[in-house]
Amino acid sequence: MVCEMEIEDMDVEVLSSMWPDDVGTETDKQFNVEKPAGDQDTLKEVTITEKPAIADLKRLSELMDSTHQGSSQLTNLVKQWEYMQDHAVMLLRDELKSLSRQREEAEAKELEIIEEHNFESNGHENVLVLDDKSDFLRSSSFRERKRSQVFDSEKIEVDEVYDTVGYWKQKALRLEKLLEASRERERRLIEKLNESLKTMESHAAPVEELTQNLRRAEGFLHFILQNAPIVMGHQDKDLRYLFIYNKFPSLREQDILGKTDVEIFDGAGVKESQEFKKEVLEKGMASKREITFETELFGSKTFLIYVEPVYNKLGEKIGINYMGMEVTDQVRKREKMGKLREHNAVRNAMETELNKTIHITEETMRAKQMLATMSHEIRSPLSGVVGMAEILSTTRLDQEQRQLLNVMISSGDLVLQLINDILDLSKVESGVMKLEATKFRPREVVKHVLQTAAASLKKSLTLEGNIADDVPIEVVGDVLRIRQILTNLISNAIKFTHKGKVGIKLEVISEPFFTSENMNDNKPTTPKQILSNEEQNGDPETTVWICCDVYDTGIGIPENAIPCLFKKYMQASADHARKYGGTGLGLAICKQLKVELMGGRLTVTSRVNEGSTFTFILPYKVATPNDHSDDQDEFSDMSDHQHIAEDTTHGYFQFQPLLRSLYSSSEGPVTGQNFLTHNVTQSSCIKLNGFASDLSHALPSTNIAQSEAISSCSFESAHKYPNGESLYKEYESCSSSQASNEGGALVMESEPAVSSRRQEIDPHETTSERCEESSKPDSKPKILLVEDNRINIMVSQSMMKQLGYPIDIATNGVEAIRALQRSNYDLVLMDVCMPVLDGLKATRLIRSYEESGNWEAAIEEGVDLDTPSSETLQNREVCVCSTKRLPIVAMTANTLSESSEECYANGMDSFISKPVTLQKLRECLEQYLC
Amino acid sequence: MDALVAQLQMQFRDYTISLYQQGFLDDQFTELKKLQDEGSPDFVAEVLSLFFEDCVKLIGNMARALDQTGTVDYSQVGASVHQLKGSSSSVGAKRVKGLCVTFKEYCEAKNYEGCVRCLQQVDIEYKTLKTKLQDMFNLEKQIIQAGGIVPQVDIN
Repeated sequence: MVCEMEIEDMDVEVLSSMWPDDVGTETDKQFNVEKPAGDQDTLKEVTITEKPAIADLKRLSELMDSTHQGSSQLTNLVKQWEYMQDHAVMLLRDELKSLSRQREEAEAKELEIIEEHNFESNGHENVLVLDDKSDFLRSSSFRERKRSQVFDSEKIEVDEVYDTVGYWKQKALRLEKLLEASRERERRLIEKLNESLKTMESHAAPVEELTQNLRRAEGFLHFILQNAPIVMGHQDKDLRYLFIYNKFPSLREQDILGKTDVEIFDGAGVKESQEFKKEVLEKGMASKREITFETELFGSKTFLIYVEPVYNKLGEKIGINYMGMEVTDQVRKREKMGKLREHNAVRNAMETELNKTIHITEETMRAKQMLATMSHEIRSPLSGVVGMAEILSTTRLDQEQRQLLNVMISSGDLVLQLINDILDLSKVESGVMKLEATKFRPREVVKHVLQTAAASLKKSLTLEGNIADDVPIEVVGDVLRIRQILTNLISNAIKFTHKGKVGIKLEVISEPFFTSENMNDNKPTTPKQILSNEEQNGDPETTVWICCDVYDTGIGIPENAIPCLFKKYMQASADHARKYGGTGLGLAICKQLKVELMGGRLTVTSRVNEGSTFTFILPYKVATPNDHSDDQDEFSDMSDHQHIAEDTTHGYFQFQPLLRSLYSSSEGPVTGQNFLTHNVTQSSCIKLNGFASDLSHALPSTNIAQSEAISSCSFESAHKYPNGESLYKEYESCSSSQASNEGGALVMESEPAVSSRRQEIDPHETTSERCEESSKPDSKPKILLVEDNRINIMVSQSMMKQLGYPIDIATNGVEAIRALQRSNYDLVLMDVCMPVLDGLKATRLIRSYEESGNWEAAIEEGVDLDTPSSETLQNREVCVCSTKRLPIVAMTANTLSESSEECYANGMDSFISKPVTLQKLRECLEQYLC
Repeated sequence: MDALVAQLQMQFRDYTISLYQQGFLDDQFTELKKLQDEGSPDFVAEVLSLFFEDCVKLIGNMARALDQTGTVDYSQVGASVHQLKGSSSSVGAKRVKGLCVTFKEYCEAKNYEGCVRCLQQVDIEYKTLKTKLQDMFNLEKQIIQAGGIVPQVDIN
């Protein structure tokens, strides 16, 4: 029985699960559930008294019955409890089931969401969005664990002896308690369930919201993707496009999707990009590159491309993300910037270079300025020295003294010439040199140049001039410069020619090729300027280009020396410099400065030992022959009108040394008062001035004395002692020629004009000193100051007073001329800038009077003369000395407009720069009045 | 008495040197002084009074020429400037001369503003010079009154 009970009990315990099916079907299980509570009381009522007594059978059976009853009751109770238990378990299971179902659902949903997010990216944002949910999941798994713990703690312990009533009772009580607890748990579980259901519901709402947010974010992303100025695409591992944003507008989506770059378009850069993408895919490293495309589709464009590989969940490469931005403009700008920077650097370098050059130039300029100043400073005293030496040469000297003196004079002249060259150079370089436009006769110029050259000729050379018939009789140009060029070239030619001939050839040519390029030059003066100068004179004239060849049969110039021929201070070679002397300035001045300044060109052709030809081409204006303007050159003034007809037509001159019979100048013997006065003027000019250039342009049209002047004897000395035959012979003996003696005599006989001139002069003045003495009985020289500024007058007057010279004053050029008409002066100090008639013009008029013997030029100029009567003429005739060259010293303010060159050009002898000082005046007076 | 003379002479010397150093005068003024001797004891003063008369006249001319509304005859202004330049150069009025050089450049450039500015400056400058020289002459007078002799001032 006991065993049975045990088994039953055990059965009850073990097979509790079997029960519910039987019991569960009963409809009144609710009752049963309630019953145990009531039964507890009944059990309590049953009091079991254990008494060891003798069993009464009746009683035993009764007892047995009641025991049976009790045990069956107990069994029932147990069954009921088990049922209850089962029921609870079932409920719990149900609950568990539903919970796990919910969890599964949630998981599924989560997975769904995760997958959804995964699809787009596994970015951080997605993780953030799902954070809540994962928390929730974690908490549910926690609850599961808790539940199992609860089950574990369920143990039933019974203290009573097994299978006694007490035992069962106790067991029942415990079970009841357990039941109670279980019910309590159930209730709580239900509560929790409800709660979790509620939380589930409340969780559902954020999901909605999140979805909405996601949708918005997606829209935003889409917007950005479609409007960003970049191309974005995704390509699979074969580099076929899966999708693309902002493709090139002319391509349709189906043109791109599923294709590779190479298949879509071709051209430069496409392949490169394809390669690049491949590379990225292979390496698995995102990278950037700039690729320039040159395609038919969109032309030349540069893209900055960013490519990154894309992996699937397993970490396999499945394609690339590709992003391209057009940076054509930026690249262009960048390149531009680079170029600019480069330019900047270059410019900076150039700037520093330039600064250096400027510095050097400034230094050079300063040096030049200094050179010019120094030259100028040297020239003044030197001209004094040479002048004095020349005067000295007119005195009685023995032969040795004379030779020494001649060396002195020629050296002095050389230095003067050199200084003049330097001054010319600095003048041209500083752009100060002004060109004059005066009328002149080219034939005469050539003739004069040749005559001058012949005068100092010490070799047996033939000098010839050849002028084409079509060369105009008169042209307009800067005669002074042209003369200088010719003189320079001729003297060069003579220097380097030992036998044969030297000549000048003039011919008219058509406009040369270089004129157009010359116009573009930055020369200070271009022909245009000269032309415009003339246009101001109001004469519409035509330009004629004259080509002038200066040829010789000299030593020639080696070809390699030609390029440096025209450089300053350069000669063909050092040997030449030693042998022939010279500074090497002449040609440089001729070419670069004078000829080109006038808009012409100087070239040279040469053959060694055969000779050289220097050719210069210059533009001239053709003058109308009968137009006598005040600008007329002195050369045209010089020749008397009666000779013009002869002069102008002849085109060939020849000068041969030593053989005077062959001297076949076109001109016949010149006679007349004009010529006489002219020659006298010239001689005094040389004495007082001594400038080589002046000498050349003050020379008379014919002076046989020059052409026959031989070797060491100068022209002055020759004419100083014209009567002293013995002396004359002495000079001739100096020369190697034997014919000179005859020639000299021949000249004197054949040209009465010249001899008569000499005779005429000689009684009057053997020396210039005597001239002064004879002409002025009073010892004080007369000085005229021409100055308009009364303060200057006052100061100068006071200075002259202190120096012991009384002065007369004229306040302008006209007054000066009037004063000169009235009386004779020994010196004129002439201000340059004056009202009514300025110093330069006045000087020119005075010189013209000295040359022509009348004031016609002045009258033409509009100068109102005091006494235009015969009185003046008589005056002039009476006093021969009045026609000697009057020293005129300019007083300049030393500005550019009052340059010394201009003073000389206008016939002034010297100048003093203002403000006048005692020292300067003293020097000047010493030079001209001693 | 001697002390006074010595003091005045010192003062005169310093003052004259300061005039040179400040550029009011140059060597030409020294030249002028050399010309003053027994024969013409007031030569410098005469020349200078003439000069200042000229200044008044010429500046008046320039002002009138520049005052013309419309076209200004710059050649007229230039002529006056040239005159003033010559005069100032002759008396050694260095600053006035310097201004005249600038003035002339403006004149040649027909720069009205520059001309007017120069005119004003010249006006100020010659007046300043006049006061300074008057001071100097006063000093000279004082020296003479005190029985001393006007010292030769060696500028270098």
